[in-house]
Amino acid sequence: MQGHSHYTPTSGIGKWMDSRLPVPRLVYDSFIAYPVPKNLNYFYTFGAILSFMLVSQIITGVVLAMHYTAHVDLAFNSVEKIMRDVNYGWMIRYLHSNGASMFFIAVYIHIFRGLYYGSYKAPREVLWILGVIIYLLMMATAFLGYVLPWGQMSLWGAVVITNLFSAIPLVGPTIVEFLWGGYSVDQPTLNRFFSLHYLLPFMIAGVVVLHVWALHVTGQNNPTGVEVKDVKKDTVPFTPYATIKDAVGLVFFLVFFMWFAFFQPNYLGHAVNYVPADPLVTPPHIVPEWYFLPFYAILRAITFDINLIIFTIPSKLGGVLAMFAAIAVLAFLPWLDTSKVKSSAYRPLHKQFFWAFVVVCVMLGWLGSKPAEYPYTVLSLIFTGLYFAYFLVVLPLLGLFETPRQLPASIADAVLGKNRGAAPVTAGAAAAPQTKG
Amino acid sequence: MASVQHAEGDRRDFLFLATGAAAAVGGAAAIWPFISQLAPDAGTIAAGAPVEIDLASIPAGGQVKILWRGKPYFVRNRTEAEIKSAQDVDVKTLRDPQPDAVRVKEGHAKWLITAANCTHLGCVPLGNQGDYGGWFCPCHGSHFDTSGRIRKGPAPTNLPIPQYTFVSETRIRITGAPTTA
Amino acid sequence: MTRFSLRMAAAGLAGLALAASLSPASAAGQVEPPRFNWSWAGVFGTFDRAQLQRGFQVYKEVCAACHGLELVSFRNLAQPGGPGFSTAQAAQIAADWIHKVREIGDDGQPAERTPRLADRIPGPFPNKKAAEAASGGKAPPDLSLMPKARTYERGFPRFLFDIVTLYQETGADYVKAFLTGYEDGHEVPPGTHYNKYYPGNAVAMPNVLQDGQVTYSDGSPQTAKQYAADVTAFLMWTAEPHMEQRKRIGFQVILFLLVLGGLVYFTKKKVWKDVEGHA
Repeated sequence: MQGHSHYTPTSGIGKWMDSRLPVPRLVYDSFIAYPVPKNLNYFYTFGAILSFMLVSQIITGVVLAMHYTAHVDLAFNSVEKIMRDVNYGWMIRYLHSNGASMFFIAVYIHIFRGLYYGSYKAPREVLWILGVIIYLLMMATAFLGYVLPWGQMSLWGAVVITNLFSAIPLVGPTIVEFLWGGYSVDQPTLNRFFSLHYLLPFMIAGVVVLHVWALHVTGQNNPTGVEVKDVKKDTVPFTPYATIKDAVGLVFFLVFFMWFAFFQPNYLGHAVNYVPADPLVTPPHIVPEWYFLPFYAILRAITFDINLIIFTIPSKLGGVLAMFAAIAVLAFLPWLDTSKVKSSAYRPLHKQFFWAFVVVCVMLGWLGSKPAEYPYTVLSLIFTGLYFAYFLVVLPLLGLFETPRQLPASIADAVLGKNRGAAPVTAGAAAAPQTKG
Repeated sequence: MASVQHAEGDRRDFLFLATGAAAAVGGAAAIWPFISQLAPDAGTIAAGAPVEIDLASIPAGGQVKILWRGKPYFVRNRTEAEIKSAQDVDVKTLRDPQPDAVRVKEGHAKWLITAANCTHLGCVPLGNQGDYGGWFCPCHGSHFDTSGRIRKGPAPTNLPIPQYTFVSETRIRITGAPTTA
Repeated sequence: MTRFSLRMAAAGLAGLALAASLSPASAAGQVEPPRFNWSWAGVFGTFDRAQLQRGFQVYKEVCAACHGLELVSFRNLAQPGGPGFSTAQAAQIAADWIHKVREIGDDGQPAERTPRLADRIPGPFPNKKAAEAASGGKAPPDLSLMPKARTYERGFPRFLFDIVTLYQETGADYVKAFLTGYEDGHEVPPGTHYNKYYPGNAVAMPNVLQDGQVTYSDGSPQTAKQYAADVTAFLMWTAEPHMEQRKRIGFQVILFLLVLGGLVYFTKKKVWKDVEGHA
């Protein structure tokens, strides 16, 4: 896709700049002339939506930091000052807190789109792994940010999550003390969490640059999973085609976002976080924000010691390992999936398993919100097993046994086949003799 | 045929224009809250409401500094000699010509209330010092007389007078920042 | 694309339906609060000024004996979108307030002075320790955020409908129900009182609202139920003082985005018109 550049500066300044620091050329090649498959659907607009959300979160966050005080005695009231006294402070804070949820909604759609169309497969492995890193950084940022208002859920969420690290043998307790900067989650913890919450989004932005770079090297995957063969026939230039389509996706996503930010700004949060943090009283029901719930369920699913004959993994460590493994397994996805076909549109069996996997994730999310008692613990274990089975059993084996449907010869054929109103895939495939793709 | 194409072109141009204009208007409107939040917030504005100051405890020749809206002000109970030396100056020779009478309230000549930030670069001058018995700014060497007027040094103007009124003989109410600050 | 989203929705719903069928009864002993009609509910909801003023009266005459309202300043009582007091009225309320502002005097000793407009509304206790000591070890919570800090579990599938129906008054419903939820004749630990809406039912706060206790000047019914509704409304305003502005701007924002969305969509159609295979 990188091809060679067709940018020709017209003005004198343009030429002068182009031979010194060709930023206009970079922009032209990346966001104007860059060819994208012409069959991308609206699920492919979430990359642009996520870029917007990152910028939006950084802008609102920088503004909030102008009014926020990272001190255990003042943090809660400084947030309330933002809500009450700062001009439009309530709006900026609600955009930021709901923006975090919207960021995750968008990233989950983006990830599941990648899973469905096999966007992680060669040659896009590095692109995918960079995405997993962005997702990890997002989770860290969101967790750190949730601590800052210093409400009850902020404090106790921080206590629970930092204590995860105490499960690590030998060095665990020391690591936890280093995370806290003391003997409990307290002033030093809040102060450093604020610092890191400010830092991480810029690291995300850095990895996003690599992510987009990698994308522009391999080019976009597309709903057929067939690579671009003829740039003229299969693709359209990014501008205006993809830009305007991204704009449509973004505006309607914003309607959804604003509905929450302006009309039910506290719907996605926890009421108990409007109670100031109190280290003497734990709220009866500690749950993370909704976007962490599936992993929280996996964490709590391991309620027993795992005996491996040579040594035993205590249940606490087992839960932590399972949770981190649930994220880490994503990074190995490109090599776990053995199928040669990318898109689930041509993988009848994988399509079924994909939707089953979606249900498993939703169920884990629901279980994560429930108290740790029967029957939820048992169900959590079952669904944790199913979660890992998708990656470790289904994807490796499916590629060996599944008979994919015939792929269209090219993106252009697939698009034209659709246009004829015949059954989309077979028509497209029949229209062009197979050239082995 | 040509006219049909023409109409089509117009419609397209209008749509593009309308979309671009709407997006621009929305973007501009979205920027406003982010500018507006920079202004003093409601709590800061409320805390900057007028304050009353009791003068009874300040002896003749004494001076206090008060803090209002985060800025210091001098409240000086001038002696007869200080008042006289302030009044006897030939106003025309001053850098910022102002007779002493306009810098105090009529009938309250012994009370001088000025902003306490030097008009040069904002340091707080030291009282009862300098060549003119008023204030001396240690940062860059400005000398102010007993009326708070600049006499020597880099400061361009006199120490400004805040807006205030006498509530009673021994009580003032500061109602606003100096108009020439 | 359509099939993709339909299946996605179907998968999600299937999962949640399964979840619902497994959901056990809510925590024993706690009754779900009934839903009340609040003037501020919905997209166009606004506070009822008279109700907020009555609610403030209830807070002042009943709640303020034990509970603070420390995030609210007297000046707020006169700000737009609030109870609609004039600035002069708010200043008078400050001057007449039942508690004094506590500060350090010029002599370095604790001192008291009459509150001003800019002051936070002083509560009954100088600090948390004093509140605990005077209240049997557990400080009465500050009320500034109460309807946002309390809620009750909605459960599946109602939490999904709430997004569309915009029901977000769970906290206010709980607070009002709680205030009228006291019942006699139940066994509770000493020093606590039975409230059917309180989680665990045994609450340290006694039943404080009695019919006729507060005298309204606007002819509203002087019943415990009315007091509870009025003070809940007032506390909802203290918890979310910019709610009216928020909803007003929100409506404008969404209306604008829908118009922009239409324009962008038709622009997109025009742009893509010439790409073969696209309508």
